[in-house]
Amino acid sequence: MKGFAFGQYYPANSVLHRMDPRAKVICAVAYIVASFLCKNTFSFVLLFVSAFALILISRIPLKVVLRSVRALIFIMAFTAVLNIFWIVDTAEGAVPLVEFWIIKIYTKGLYHAAFILVRILAMVIGTGLFLTYTTTPIALTDALESLLRPLAKIKVPVHAFAMMMTIALRFIPTIMEETEKIMSAQKARGADFTTGSLAKRAKALIPIIIPLFASAFRRADELATAMECRCYHGGEGRTKLRILRYHARDFLGMLWIILFIAAIVTLNILGARFGWLYTM
Amino acid sequence: MENKPFIHVQNLSYAYVGEDDRPIPVLKDLSLDIREGEYVVILGHNGSGKSTFAKLLNLVIDDYTYAEGTILVDGVDVMSPDLTDEEVLDLRKNVGMVFQNPDNQLVATVVEEDVAFGPENLGIPQPELRQRVDQALATVGMSAYAHHEPHRLSGGQKQRVAIAGIIAMKPRCMIFDESTAMLDPVGRREVLETIEKLNREEGITVISITHYMDEAARADRVIVLSDGKLLLDGTPGEVFTHSDTLRKAGLDLPQCTAVAQYLITKDLPVHGEINTPEQCAEAILNAWKKM
Repeated sequence: MKGFAFGQYYPANSVLHRMDPRAKVICAVAYIVASFLCKNTFSFVLLFVSAFALILISRIPLKVVLRSVRALIFIMAFTAVLNIFWIVDTAEGAVPLVEFWIIKIYTKGLYHAAFILVRILAMVIGTGLFLTYTTTPIALTDALESLLRPLAKIKVPVHAFAMMMTIALRFIPTIMEETEKIMSAQKARGADFTTGSLAKRAKALIPIIIPLFASAFRRADELATAMECRCYHGGEGRTKLRILRYHARDFLGMLWIILFIAAIVTLNILGARFGWLYTM
Repeated sequence: MENKPFIHVQNLSYAYVGEDDRPIPVLKDLSLDIREGEYVVILGHNGSGKSTFAKLLNLVIDDYTYAEGTILVDGVDVMSPDLTDEEVLDLRKNVGMVFQNPDNQLVATVVEEDVAFGPENLGIPQPELRQRVDQALATVGMSAYAHHEPHRLSGGQKQRVAIAGIIAMKPRCMIFDESTAMLDPVGRREVLETIEKLNREEGITVISITHYMDEAARADRVIVLSDGKLLLDGTPGEVFTHSDTLRKAGLDLPQCTAVAQYLITKDLPVHGEINTPEQCAEAILNAWKKM
Protein backbone atom coordinates (compact mmCIF):
# COMPACT_ATOMS: atom_id res chain seq x y z
CA MET A 1 0.00 0.00 0.00
CA LYS A 2 2.96 2.31 0.64
CA GLY A 3 3.75 2.28 -3.09
CA PHE A 4 0.24 3.35 -3.94
CA ALA A 5 0.02 6.34 -6.26
CA PHE A 6 -3.18 8.01 -7.13
CA GLY A 7 -4.60 8.87 -10.43
CA GLN A 8 -2.53 8.17 -13.44
CA TYR A 9 0.31 10.59 -12.90
CA TYR A 10 3.32 9.27 -14.76
CA PRO A 11 6.53 10.97 -13.69
CA ALA A 12 8.75 11.89 -16.62
CA ASN A 13 10.76 14.85 -17.73
CA SER A 14 8.94 16.51 -20.59
CA VAL A 15 7.73 19.94 -21.59
CA LEU A 16 4.20 18.82 -20.83
CA HIS A 17 5.22 17.86 -17.29
CA ARG A 18 6.90 21.20 -16.71
CA MET A 19 4.08 23.34 -18.06
CA ASP A 20 2.04 25.40 -15.64
CA PRO A 21 -1.04 23.36 -14.66
CA ARG A 22 -3.33 26.27 -15.49
CA ALA A 23 -1.96 26.44 -19.01
CA LYS A 24 -2.51 22.69 -19.29
CA VAL A 25 -6.14 22.97 -18.19
CA ILE A 26 -6.68 25.65 -20.81
CA CYS A 27 -4.93 23.56 -23.46
CA ALA A 28 -6.97 20.48 -22.56
CA VAL A 29 -10.23 22.41 -22.92
CA ALA A 30 -9.05 23.90 -26.21
CA TYR A 31 -8.05 20.47 -27.45
CA ILE A 32 -11.51 19.09 -26.74
CA VAL A 33 -13.04 22.04 -28.57
CA ALA A 34 -10.69 21.35 -31.48
CA SER A 35 -11.78 17.73 -31.63
CA PHE A 36 -15.38 18.87 -31.94
CA LEU A 37 -14.54 21.36 -34.65
CA CYS A 38 -13.19 18.65 -36.96
CA LYS A 39 -15.47 18.13 -39.91
CA ASN A 40 -13.82 16.20 -42.69
CA THR A 41 -11.28 13.51 -43.37
CA PHE A 42 -8.34 15.89 -43.45
CA SER A 43 -9.06 17.59 -40.16
CA PHE A 44 -9.64 14.21 -38.54
CA VAL A 45 -6.35 12.94 -39.90
CA LEU A 46 -4.67 15.99 -38.40
CA LEU A 47 -6.42 15.35 -35.08
CA PHE A 48 -5.31 11.72 -35.13
CA VAL A 49 -1.71 12.66 -35.88
CA SER A 50 -1.74 15.37 -33.19
CA ALA A 51 -2.79 12.86 -30.51
CA PHE A 52 0.24 10.72 -31.27
CA ALA A 53 2.47 13.77 -31.52
CA LEU A 54 1.32 14.65 -27.97
CA ILE A 55 2.28 11.17 -26.77
CA LEU A 56 5.75 11.63 -28.25
CA ILE A 57 6.11 15.07 -26.65
CA SER A 58 5.00 13.80 -23.24
CA ARG A 59 7.61 10.99 -23.26
CA ILE A 60 5.07 8.64 -21.77
CA PRO A 61 5.23 5.12 -23.19
CA LEU A 62 2.49 4.41 -25.74
CA LYS A 63 1.59 1.29 -23.76
CA VAL A 64 0.73 3.35 -20.68
CA VAL A 65 -1.46 5.79 -22.61
CA LEU A 66 -3.29 3.02 -24.44
CA ARG A 67 -4.21 1.50 -21.10
CA SER A 68 -6.67 4.33 -20.47
CA VAL A 69 -8.00 3.95 -24.00
CA ARG A 70 -8.63 0.27 -23.33
CA ALA A 71 -11.04 1.17 -20.57
CA LEU A 72 -13.22 2.96 -23.12
CA ILE A 73 -13.06 0.34 -25.83
CA PHE A 74 -16.65 -0.79 -25.25
CA ILE A 75 -18.09 2.71 -25.60
CA MET A 76 -15.96 3.32 -28.66
CA ALA A 77 -17.03 0.08 -30.31
CA PHE A 78 -20.67 0.76 -29.47
CA THR A 79 -20.73 4.27 -30.96
CA ALA A 80 -18.83 3.09 -34.03
CA VAL A 81 -21.27 0.24 -34.71
CA LEU A 82 -24.19 2.54 -34.12
CA ASN A 83 -22.86 4.98 -36.70
CA ILE A 84 -22.21 2.28 -39.28
CA PHE A 85 -25.81 1.08 -39.19
CA TRP A 86 -27.64 4.31 -38.62
CA ILE A 87 -26.09 6.73 -41.04
CA VAL A 88 -28.07 6.96 -44.24
CA ASP A 89 -26.48 8.69 -47.18
CA THR A 90 -29.20 10.88 -48.62
CA ALA A 91 -27.02 12.24 -51.43
CA GLU A 92 -28.21 11.62 -54.92
CA GLY A 93 -26.97 8.41 -56.45
CA ALA A 94 -25.68 7.10 -53.16
CA VAL A 95 -25.65 3.35 -53.26
CA PRO A 96 -25.42 1.28 -50.11
CA LEU A 97 -22.18 -0.64 -49.79
CA VAL A 98 -23.95 -3.59 -48.23
CA GLU A 99 -27.65 -4.25 -48.33
CA PHE A 100 -29.61 -7.09 -46.82
CA TRP A 101 -32.99 -7.26 -45.08
CA ILE A 102 -33.48 -3.83 -43.44
CA ILE A 103 -29.78 -3.13 -42.99
CA LYS A 104 -28.06 -0.71 -45.31
CA ILE A 105 -24.46 0.26 -44.81
CA TYR A 106 -23.15 3.28 -46.68
CA THR A 107 -19.57 4.37 -47.14
CA LYS A 108 -20.56 7.55 -45.34
CA GLY A 109 -21.47 5.49 -42.29
CA LEU A 110 -18.02 3.93 -42.25
CA TYR A 111 -16.39 7.33 -42.47
CA HIS A 112 -18.59 8.62 -39.67
CA ALA A 113 -17.70 5.70 -37.47
CA ALA A 114 -14.02 6.32 -38.08
CA PHE A 115 -14.45 10.04 -37.34
CA ILE A 116 -16.17 9.33 -34.04
CA LEU A 117 -13.48 6.84 -33.08
CA VAL A 118 -10.74 9.34 -33.78
CA ARG A 119 -12.59 12.03 -31.88
CA ILE A 120 -13.03 9.90 -28.75
CA LEU A 121 -9.46 8.65 -29.00
CA ALA A 122 -8.11 12.19 -29.31
CA MET A 123 -10.19 13.47 -26.41
CA VAL A 124 -9.09 10.67 -24.11
CA ILE A 125 -5.45 10.92 -25.08
CA GLY A 126 -5.47 14.73 -25.12
CA THR A 127 -7.05 15.29 -21.73
CA GLY A 128 -4.98 12.46 -20.27
CA LEU A 129 -1.73 13.88 -21.54
CA PHE A 130 -2.46 17.47 -20.65
CA LEU A 131 -3.99 16.68 -17.28
CA THR A 132 -3.88 13.35 -15.49
CA TYR A 133 -0.65 11.84 -16.86
CA THR A 134 1.57 14.88 -16.60
CA THR A 135 0.04 16.81 -13.70
CA THR A 136 -0.11 15.72 -10.07
CA PRO A 137 -3.60 15.85 -8.55
CA ILE A 138 -2.49 18.56 -6.17
CA ALA A 139 -1.15 20.77 -8.98
CA LEU A 140 -4.43 20.23 -10.78
CA THR A 141 -6.35 21.35 -7.69
CA ASP A 142 -4.17 24.47 -7.45
CA ALA A 143 -4.79 25.21 -11.12
CA LEU A 144 -8.55 24.81 -10.84
CA GLU A 145 -8.65 26.99 -7.75
CA SER A 146 -6.69 29.66 -9.52
CA LEU A 147 -8.67 29.48 -12.76
CA LEU A 148 -12.04 29.47 -11.01
CA ARG A 149 -11.14 32.27 -8.60
CA PRO A 150 -13.25 34.84 -10.51
CA LEU A 151 -16.29 32.74 -9.57
CA ALA A 152 -15.64 33.55 -5.90
CA LYS A 153 -17.03 37.00 -6.69
CA ILE A 154 -20.44 35.47 -7.29
CA LYS A 155 -20.13 33.57 -3.99
CA VAL A 156 -19.02 30.22 -5.39
CA PRO A 157 -16.95 28.67 -2.57
CA VAL A 158 -13.93 27.99 -4.78
CA HIS A 159 -11.42 27.94 -1.93
CA ALA A 160 -13.55 25.56 0.11
CA PHE A 161 -13.79 23.14 -2.80
CA ALA A 162 -10.05 23.25 -3.35
CA MET A 163 -9.45 22.66 0.36
CA MET A 164 -11.80 19.68 0.31
CA MET A 165 -9.98 18.26 -2.69
CA THR A 166 -6.62 18.68 -0.95
CA ILE A 167 -7.82 16.98 2.22
CA ALA A 168 -9.41 14.17 0.23
CA LEU A 169 -6.17 13.60 -1.65
CA ARG A 170 -4.22 13.71 1.60
CA PHE A 171 -6.43 11.13 3.32
CA ILE A 172 -7.07 8.64 0.51
CA PRO A 173 -3.87 6.66 1.23
CA THR A 174 -4.40 6.89 5.00
CA ILE A 175 -7.92 5.53 4.74
CA MET A 176 -6.89 2.81 2.28
CA GLU A 177 -4.24 1.71 4.74
CA GLU A 178 -6.85 1.67 7.46
CA THR A 179 -9.22 -0.40 5.32
CA GLU A 180 -6.51 -3.01 4.93
CA LYS A 181 -5.91 -3.04 8.67
CA ILE A 182 -9.60 -3.47 9.44
CA MET A 183 -9.89 -6.23 6.83
CA SER A 184 -6.96 -8.07 8.38
CA ALA A 185 -8.46 -7.63 11.81
CA GLN A 186 -11.80 -9.04 10.67
CA LYS A 187 -10.11 -11.88 8.81
CA ALA A 188 -8.25 -12.73 12.00
CA ARG A 189 -11.66 -13.05 13.63
CA GLY A 190 -12.79 -15.46 10.97
CA ALA A 191 -14.49 -13.12 8.49
CA ASP A 192 -14.68 -14.43 4.94
CA PHE A 193 -14.85 -11.91 2.11
CA THR A 194 -14.13 -14.16 -0.84
CA THR A 195 -16.62 -17.01 -0.86
CA GLY A 196 -20.39 -17.32 -0.87
CA SER A 197 -23.08 -15.63 -2.91
CA LEU A 198 -22.86 -11.99 -3.92
CA ALA A 199 -25.34 -11.03 -1.19
CA LYS A 200 -23.30 -12.90 1.38
CA ARG A 201 -20.09 -11.24 0.29
CA ALA A 202 -21.71 -7.81 0.32
CA LYS A 203 -22.93 -8.50 3.83
CA ALA A 204 -19.43 -9.49 4.88
CA LEU A 205 -18.29 -5.97 4.02
CA ILE A 206 -20.50 -4.37 6.65
CA PRO A 207 -18.06 -5.07 9.51
CA ILE A 208 -15.44 -3.22 7.47
CA ILE A 209 -17.50 -0.25 6.40
CA ILE A 210 -18.90 0.59 9.81
CA PRO A 211 -15.58 0.89 11.67
CA LEU A 212 -14.15 2.69 8.65
CA PHE A 213 -16.88 5.32 8.76
CA ALA A 214 -16.66 5.68 12.52
CA SER A 215 -12.95 6.27 12.25
CA ALA A 216 -13.30 8.66 9.31
CA PHE A 217 -15.69 10.83 11.31
CA ARG A 218 -13.33 10.81 14.29
CA ARG A 219 -10.46 11.79 12.01
CA ALA A 220 -12.52 14.59 10.46
CA ASP A 221 -13.29 15.94 13.91
CA GLU A 222 -9.68 15.85 15.05
CA LEU A 223 -8.47 17.35 11.81
CA ALA A 224 -10.94 20.20 12.11
CA THR A 225 -9.67 20.98 15.61
CA ALA A 226 -6.06 20.81 14.45
CA MET A 227 -6.83 23.13 11.53
CA GLU A 228 -8.52 25.61 13.84
CA CYS A 229 -5.47 25.52 16.11
CA ARG A 230 -3.39 26.40 13.09
CA CYS A 231 -5.44 29.54 12.58
CA TYR A 232 -7.46 28.27 9.62
CA HIS A 233 -10.32 30.64 8.95
CA GLY A 234 -11.26 30.09 5.34
CA GLY A 235 -9.62 31.41 2.24
CA GLU A 236 -9.70 35.07 3.17
CA GLY A 237 -6.32 36.70 3.64
CA ARG A 238 -4.49 33.45 2.94
CA THR A 239 -1.14 33.44 1.24
CA LYS A 240 0.32 30.51 -0.66
CA LEU A 241 3.69 28.82 -0.47
CA ARG A 242 3.55 27.67 -4.04
CA ILE A 243 2.79 30.48 -6.42
CA LEU A 244 1.92 29.46 -9.95
CA ARG A 245 3.84 31.36 -12.59
CA TYR A 246 3.43 31.30 -16.35
CA HIS A 247 6.60 30.78 -18.32
CA ALA A 248 7.42 31.19 -21.99
CA ARG A 249 6.70 27.49 -22.57
CA ASP A 250 3.14 27.94 -21.30
CA PHE A 251 2.41 30.72 -23.77
CA LEU A 252 4.07 28.69 -26.50
CA GLY A 253 1.91 25.72 -25.61
CA MET A 254 -1.24 27.79 -25.81
CA LEU A 255 -0.03 29.35 -29.07
CA TRP A 256 0.41 25.87 -30.56
CA ILE A 257 -3.12 24.95 -29.58
CA ILE A 258 -4.46 28.12 -31.21
CA LEU A 259 -2.51 27.34 -34.38
CA PHE A 260 -3.85 23.80 -34.23
CA ILE A 261 -7.44 25.01 -34.02
CA ALA A 262 -6.76 27.44 -36.87
CA ALA A 263 -5.38 24.60 -38.98
CA ILE A 264 -8.44 22.45 -38.33
CA VAL A 265 -10.81 25.28 -39.20
CA THR A 266 -8.85 25.94 -42.40
CA LEU A 267 -9.00 22.30 -43.42
CA ASN A 268 -12.74 22.30 -42.72
CA ILE A 269 -13.29 25.31 -44.94
CA LEU A 270 -11.06 24.04 -47.73
CA GLY A 271 -12.73 20.65 -47.53
CA ALA A 272 -16.18 22.15 -47.88
CA ARG A 273 -15.07 24.35 -50.73
CA PHE A 274 -13.40 21.71 -52.85
CA GLY A 275 -15.56 18.80 -51.76
CA TRP A 276 -12.70 16.72 -50.42
CA LEU A 277 -13.74 13.29 -49.41
CA TYR A 278 -16.32 12.99 -46.71
CA THR A 279 -17.67 15.68 -44.49
CA MET A 280 -19.61 15.17 -41.29
CA MET B 1 11.66 37.81 31.17
CA GLU B 2 8.62 39.51 32.57
CA ASN B 3 7.50 38.98 36.10
CA LYS B 4 3.96 38.48 34.98
CA PRO B 5 3.25 34.80 34.25
CA PHE B 6 2.60 33.89 30.62
CA ILE B 7 -0.32 31.69 31.61
CA HIS B 8 -2.27 32.49 34.73
CA VAL B 9 -5.02 30.12 35.82
CA GLN B 10 -7.19 30.95 38.79
CA ASN B 11 -9.96 28.87 40.40
CA LEU B 12 -10.67 27.19 37.10
CA SER B 13 -13.54 24.72 37.08
CA TYR B 14 -14.96 23.08 34.02
CA ALA B 15 -17.62 20.49 33.34
CA TYR B 16 -18.89 18.90 30.17
CA VAL B 17 -22.61 18.91 29.52
CA GLY B 18 -23.80 15.39 30.05
CA GLU B 19 -27.15 13.72 29.53
CA ASP B 20 -30.14 15.69 30.84
CA ASP B 21 -27.89 18.78 30.78
CA ARG B 22 -26.23 17.65 33.98
CA PRO B 23 -22.64 18.76 34.39
CA ILE B 24 -19.88 16.14 34.30
CA PRO B 25 -17.09 17.86 36.23
CA VAL B 26 -13.63 17.57 34.74
CA LEU B 27 -11.58 20.35 36.33
CA LYS B 28 -12.08 21.48 39.89
CA ASP B 29 -10.82 24.75 41.28
CA LEU B 30 -7.49 24.67 39.50
CA SER B 31 -4.99 27.49 40.08
CA LEU B 32 -1.52 27.67 38.62
CA ASP B 33 0.94 29.96 36.85
CA ILE B 34 3.26 29.13 34.00
CA ARG B 35 6.12 31.50 33.25
CA GLU B 36 7.52 32.17 29.82
CA GLY B 37 10.32 29.77 28.87
CA GLU B 38 9.32 27.02 31.27
CA TYR B 39 9.22 23.34 30.35
CA VAL B 40 6.23 21.99 32.20
CA VAL B 41 4.86 18.48 32.11
CA ILE B 42 1.28 17.93 33.14
CA LEU B 43 0.84 14.40 34.38
CA GLY B 44 -2.37 12.62 35.02
CA HIS B 45 -4.17 9.38 34.57
CA ASN B 46 -6.95 8.99 31.98
CA GLY B 47 -9.83 11.26 32.88
CA SER B 48 -7.76 13.51 35.12
CA GLY B 49 -8.78 16.52 33.04
CA LYS B 50 -5.36 17.21 31.56
CA SER B 51 -6.50 17.25 27.92
CA THR B 52 -9.48 19.45 28.70
CA PHE B 53 -7.12 21.89 30.36
CA ALA B 54 -4.99 22.04 27.22
CA LYS B 55 -8.03 22.59 25.02
CA LEU B 56 -9.20 25.43 27.25
CA LEU B 57 -5.84 27.13 26.82
CA ASN B 58 -6.15 27.02 23.07
CA LEU B 59 -9.84 27.89 22.76
CA VAL B 60 -10.84 24.71 21.01
CA ILE B 61 -13.70 23.99 23.38
CA ASP B 62 -17.18 24.74 22.11
CA ASP B 63 -19.23 24.72 25.24
CA TYR B 64 -18.57 27.10 28.09
CA THR B 65 -21.83 26.41 29.97
CA TYR B 66 -20.06 25.06 33.02
CA ALA B 67 -16.84 27.02 32.94
CA GLU B 68 -15.79 29.11 35.94
CA GLY B 69 -12.70 31.00 36.96
CA THR B 70 -10.11 32.76 34.83
CA ILE B 71 -7.44 31.81 32.35
CA LEU B 72 -5.16 34.64 31.28
CA VAL B 73 -2.82 33.91 28.42
CA ASP B 74 -0.37 36.75 28.03
CA GLY B 75 -2.82 38.97 29.92
CA VAL B 76 -5.79 38.12 27.68
CA ASP B 77 -8.82 36.50 29.27
CA VAL B 78 -9.41 33.55 26.97
CA MET B 79 -12.75 32.61 28.50
CA SER B 80 -14.24 36.02 27.93
CA PRO B 81 -17.25 35.78 25.60
CA ASP B 82 -16.38 39.02 23.81
CA LEU B 83 -13.06 38.00 22.34
CA THR B 84 -12.75 39.27 18.78
CA ASP B 85 -11.78 36.98 15.91
CA GLU B 86 -8.41 38.73 15.69
CA GLU B 87 -7.74 38.07 19.36
CA VAL B 88 -8.62 34.41 18.92
CA LEU B 89 -6.30 34.08 15.94
CA ASP B 90 -3.54 35.91 17.79
CA LEU B 91 -3.94 33.58 20.73
CA ARG B 92 -3.80 30.47 18.59
CA LYS B 93 -0.77 31.84 16.81
CA ASN B 94 1.00 32.38 20.14
CA VAL B 95 -0.06 29.10 21.72
CA GLY B 96 0.43 26.26 19.25
CA MET B 97 -0.89 22.81 19.87
CA VAL B 98 0.35 19.41 18.76
CA PHE B 99 -2.08 16.52 19.09
CA GLN B 100 -1.86 12.83 19.71
CA ASN B 101 -2.57 11.29 16.32
CA PRO B 102 0.06 12.41 13.82
CA ASP B 103 -2.13 11.47 10.86
CA ASN B 104 -5.07 13.60 11.84
CA GLN B 105 -3.27 16.92 11.96
CA LEU B 106 -1.47 16.98 8.63
CA VAL B 107 -3.50 18.74 5.97
CA ALA B 108 -1.48 18.89 2.77
CA THR B 109 -0.18 16.17 0.47
CA VAL B 110 3.41 17.45 0.54
CA VAL B 111 5.44 17.97 3.73
CA GLU B 112 6.56 21.53 3.05
CA GLU B 113 3.07 22.60 2.10
CA ASP B 114 1.74 21.21 5.31
CA VAL B 115 4.31 23.19 7.27
CA ALA B 116 3.24 26.27 5.34
CA PHE B 117 -0.43 25.78 6.24
CA GLY B 118 -0.30 27.78 9.50
CA PRO B 119 1.65 30.77 8.20
CA GLU B 120 -0.47 30.76 5.02
CA ASN B 121 -3.53 31.13 7.21
CA LEU B 122 -1.83 34.02 8.98
CA GLY B 123 -1.27 35.67 5.61
CA ILE B 124 2.53 35.68 5.80
CA PRO B 125 3.78 36.91 2.40
CA GLN B 126 6.66 35.55 0.34
CA PRO B 127 9.65 35.40 0.71
CA GLU B 128 9.20 35.26 4.48
CA LEU B 129 6.81 32.34 4.13
CA ARG B 130 9.45 30.27 2.35
CA GLN B 131 12.08 31.18 4.96
CA ARG B 132 9.80 30.19 7.83
CA VAL B 133 8.99 26.83 6.25
CA ASP B 134 12.64 26.01 5.56
CA GLN B 135 13.69 27.11 9.02
CA ALA B 136 10.95 25.14 10.76
CA LEU B 137 11.84 22.00 8.82
CA ALA B 138 15.52 22.48 9.68
CA THR B 139 14.69 22.89 13.38
CA VAL B 140 12.92 19.53 13.53
CA GLY B 141 15.53 17.90 11.28
CA MET B 142 13.13 17.14 8.44
CA SER B 143 14.58 19.32 5.67
CA ALA B 144 15.46 16.26 3.60
CA TYR B 145 11.82 15.27 3.52
CA ALA B 146 10.41 18.63 2.37
CA HIS B 147 8.97 17.17 -0.84
CA HIS B 148 7.81 13.85 0.54
CA GLU B 149 4.22 12.78 0.99
CA PRO B 150 3.21 12.69 4.66
CA HIS B 151 1.65 9.23 4.46
CA ARG B 152 5.00 7.70 3.57
CA LEU B 153 6.69 8.96 6.74
CA SER B 154 7.04 7.14 10.06
CA GLY B 155 4.95 8.18 13.05
CA GLY B 156 7.82 10.09 14.66
CA GLN B 157 8.60 11.86 11.40
CA LYS B 158 4.95 12.82 10.89
CA GLN B 159 4.82 14.21 14.41
CA ARG B 160 7.98 16.24 13.76
CA VAL B 161 6.35 17.64 10.62
CA ALA B 162 3.32 18.56 12.73
CA ILE B 163 5.66 20.31 15.17
CA ALA B 164 7.34 22.17 12.29
CA GLY B 165 3.89 23.27 11.14
CA ILE B 166 3.39 24.94 14.51
CA ILE B 167 6.91 26.39 14.76
CA ALA B 168 6.40 28.07 11.39
CA MET B 169 3.71 30.21 13.04
CA LYS B 170 6.37 31.42 15.51
CA PRO B 171 4.46 30.65 18.68
CA ARG B 172 5.69 31.62 22.14
CA CYS B 173 4.23 28.56 23.75
CA MET B 174 3.59 25.05 22.52
CA ILE B 175 1.23 22.52 24.04
CA PHE B 176 1.82 18.85 23.35
CA ASP B 177 -1.33 16.87 24.04
CA GLU B 178 -0.07 13.29 24.46
CA SER B 179 1.98 13.80 21.33
CA THR B 180 4.15 10.75 21.91
CA ALA B 181 1.41 8.34 22.98
CA MET B 182 0.95 6.74 19.56
CA LEU B 183 4.64 6.50 18.67
CA ASP B 184 7.14 3.68 18.88
CA PRO B 185 10.17 4.16 21.16
CA VAL B 186 12.33 5.57 18.36
CA GLY B 187 9.63 8.03 17.33
CA ARG B 188 9.12 9.06 20.94
CA ARG B 189 12.79 9.78 21.42
CA GLU B 190 12.90 11.86 18.21
CA VAL B 191 9.91 13.91 19.29
CA LEU B 192 11.11 14.39 22.87
CA GLU B 193 14.51 15.55 21.67
CA THR B 194 12.79 18.01 19.35
CA ILE B 195 10.63 19.33 22.19
CA GLU B 196 13.64 19.81 24.43
CA LYS B 197 15.52 21.57 21.68
CA LEU B 198 12.64 23.98 21.13
CA ASN B 199 12.58 24.83 24.80
CA ARG B 200 16.32 25.13 25.34
CA GLU B 201 17.39 26.73 22.07
CA GLU B 202 14.38 28.65 20.86
CA GLY B 203 13.10 29.64 24.30
CA ILE B 204 9.60 28.41 23.56
CA THR B 205 7.44 27.70 26.60
CA VAL B 206 6.54 24.02 26.53
CA ILE B 207 3.53 22.44 28.17
CA SER B 208 3.60 18.72 27.62
CA ILE B 209 0.66 16.60 28.63
CA THR B 210 1.43 12.95 29.12
CA HIS B 211 1.07 9.91 31.27
CA TYR B 212 4.62 8.71 30.67
CA MET B 213 6.65 9.25 33.81
CA ASP B 214 9.95 9.08 31.90
CA GLU B 215 8.91 12.15 29.96
CA ALA B 216 8.05 14.00 33.13
CA ALA B 217 11.55 13.31 34.44
CA ARG B 218 13.04 15.45 31.68
CA ALA B 219 11.01 18.60 32.38
CA ASP B 220 11.80 21.61 34.58
CA ARG B 221 8.55 21.29 36.39
CA VAL B 222 5.91 18.62 36.87
CA ILE B 223 2.26 19.29 37.62
CA VAL B 224 0.19 16.29 38.62
CA LEU B 225 -3.55 16.39 38.10
CA SER B 226 -5.87 13.87 39.63
CA ASP B 227 -9.61 13.88 39.26
CA GLY B 228 -9.52 17.45 38.00
CA LYS B 229 -7.58 18.78 40.96
CA LEU B 230 -4.00 19.89 41.32
CA LEU B 231 -2.25 17.16 43.28
CA LEU B 232 1.45 17.98 43.10
CA ASP B 233 3.51 20.78 41.61
CA GLY B 234 7.30 20.97 41.65
CA THR B 235 10.55 19.82 40.06
CA PRO B 236 10.58 16.18 38.93
CA GLY B 237 12.78 15.33 41.92
CA GLU B 238 10.35 16.88 44.38
CA VAL B 239 7.30 15.30 42.80
CA PHE B 240 8.82 11.84 42.63
CA THR B 241 9.46 11.73 46.37
CA HIS B 242 5.69 11.51 46.86
CA SER B 243 5.48 8.00 45.50
CA ASP B 244 2.41 7.08 47.54
CA THR B 245 0.44 10.12 46.43
CA LEU B 246 1.40 9.39 42.82
CA ARG B 247 0.33 5.78 43.13
CA LYS B 248 -3.05 6.87 44.45
CA ALA B 249 -3.43 9.10 41.39
CA GLY B 250 -2.90 6.02 39.23
CA LEU B 251 0.66 6.93 38.27
CA ASP B 252 3.85 4.96 38.74
CA LEU B 253 7.28 6.37 39.38
CA PRO B 254 9.75 6.27 36.52
CA GLN B 255 11.46 2.89 36.62
CA CYS B 256 14.84 4.26 37.62
CA THR B 257 13.41 6.33 40.48
CA ALA B 258 11.43 3.30 41.67
CA VAL B 259 14.59 1.16 41.59
CA ALA B 260 16.50 3.75 43.62
CA GLN B 261 13.74 4.03 46.21
CA TYR B 262 13.59 0.26 46.51
CA LEU B 263 17.34 0.05 47.01
CA ILE B 264 17.14 2.64 49.81
CA THR B 265 14.61 0.43 51.64
CA LYS B 266 17.22 -2.34 51.37
CA ASP B 267 19.78 -0.08 53.07
CA LEU B 268 21.78 0.66 49.94
CA PRO B 269 22.73 4.34 50.19
CA VAL B 270 21.55 5.48 46.75
CA HIS B 271 21.26 9.24 47.11
CA GLY B 272 20.75 12.36 45.12
CA GLU B 273 18.11 13.22 42.54
CA ILE B 274 17.38 10.18 40.43
CA ASN B 275 15.08 10.84 37.49
CA THR B 276 16.97 9.34 34.59
CA PRO B 277 18.62 5.96 34.00
CA GLU B 278 22.01 7.71 33.83
CA GLN B 279 21.57 9.34 37.23
CA CYS B 280 20.41 6.02 38.62
CA ALA B 281 23.42 4.14 37.29
CA GLU B 282 25.80 6.73 38.70
CA ALA B 283 24.13 6.70 42.13
CA ILE B 284 24.27 2.92 42.31
CA LEU B 285 27.92 2.99 41.29
CA ASN B 286 28.70 5.55 44.00
CA ALA B 287 26.82 3.52 46.59
CA TRP B 288 28.74 0.44 45.47
CA LYS B 289 32.05 2.16 45.92
CA LYS B 290 31.12 3.23 49.45
CA MET B 291 30.19 -0.26 50.54
